Amino acid sequence: MSKSEEYSDIPGTYLFDKNACAKGYQLNNFCMSLMKDENRKAFLADEPSYLDKYKLTEAQRQAVLDRNWLKMIQEGGNIYYVSKLGATSGFSFEAMAASMAGTTRENYRNMMIGGGRPIQGNRSKAEQAAAAQKKGTV
Amino acid sequence: MAKIVAGVGCSHVPAIGAALDMGKSGEDYWKPVFDGFARSREIMAELKPDIVIEVYNDHGTAFSLQYIPTFCLGVAPEFKPADEGWGPRPVPMVYGDPEFAWHLVESLILSEFDMTIVNEMEVDHGLTVPLSLMFGQVKEWPCPVIPLCVNVVTYPPPTGKRCFALGRAIRKAVEEYPKDLRVVIFGTGGMSHQIHGERCGLINSAWDKSFLDRLTADPQGLAQVPHKEYVREAGAEGIEMVMWLIMRGALDDNAKEAYRFYHVPASNTAVGNIILTNPGA
Repeated sequence: MSKSEEYSDIPGTYLFDKNACAKGYQLNNFCMSLMKDENRKAFLADEPSYLDKYKLTEAQRQAVLDRNWLKMIQEGGNIYYVSKLGATSGFSFEAMAASMAGTTRENYRNMMIGGGRPIQGNRSKAEQAAAAQKKGTV
Repeated sequence: MAKIVAGVGCSHVPAIGAALDMGKSGEDYWKPVFDGFARSREIMAELKPDIVIEVYNDHGTAFSLQYIPTFCLGVAPEFKPADEGWGPRPVPMVYGDPEFAWHLVESLILSEFDMTIVNEMEVDHGLTVPLSLMFGQVKEWPCPVIPLCVNVVTYPPPTGKRCFALGRAIRKAVEEYPKDLRVVIFGTGGMSHQIHGERCGLINSAWDKSFLDRLTADPQGLAQVPHKEYVREAGAEGIEMVMWLIMRGALDDNAKEAYRFYHVPASNTAVGNIILTNPGA
């Protein structure tokens, strides 16, 4: 079975592995706290003070304040935890997904209704680089 | 003697539960999804399970990152549907069967599957959405449900081979149980989907269909598929499908496909449902 390092050639994918789990531990714990209604209210009432209770890195803290979903994932957030922040702050999952994919909600929704993001061209970074090179030489 | 009569593979997309709960199942977007499960509910009514063993994963609900058990089994008399951050689903309490569940725990651990024993646990959409799809919007679930929760969120999840072998051990445990019970086992999650990162929205219908075909025809071969193929081909969260192999391992080799349904999309996910029945079910 593959070790987690062997997944790095899969594009646009952040395996929630030993590194992410350690890096994102406090960030995900913060998100987990939003399972409770009183915590959701306290967070929304004063976000900076609430975040002070968690030992977040500066990048994690800023990503939370900015609702930068992709950045949270890159900083060790796990999508199932991060989506609790989305629900707390009124973001639909579609809005979060579109933001991570770098597109509009409408484009994202249409892509899904059209059958989703195709696997062709999205299997590996090597495949994408080869395709880009080929395109460049045409 | 208890007997496993059938296995169910079923997606557990949270948006499906939300659509049902908010009365949107007749809308154009959702109707094809719910129409596809009408036959599934008929088959479940014909199968008349006395008990369901439901294999699913927790999504940061009952378990935070503080404890990450690979396999755990709920032995409580009841499991409350959880508030996952947007209020609990308005579905019935899930009742367990402590006597049967403890029998499974004993048998599985003595068969060298070191289950984590859970006396208290809330259950999230991973468990309740398949119950809604297979039994409908009911006042009470028709039978007790034993939650078997698998870590597929933090890498590495258990291998397909290990999941299949756990299914085999579950079958042995069920057959050792002295009461005459008709048991149906659910494997849930999937099908192809990725819900994080720039590759969000990935769907691979060809891979999903091949998975469904092999589940009946070539389960031992399917159990050898490495994690990396799931993540690459079916999306990072598509790895949930390893849980379907626990269900398959618990069935006879010659189990037959009674029903299949596949649809894209439900929210970010390809929805799949398969019902496999054992001979004489």
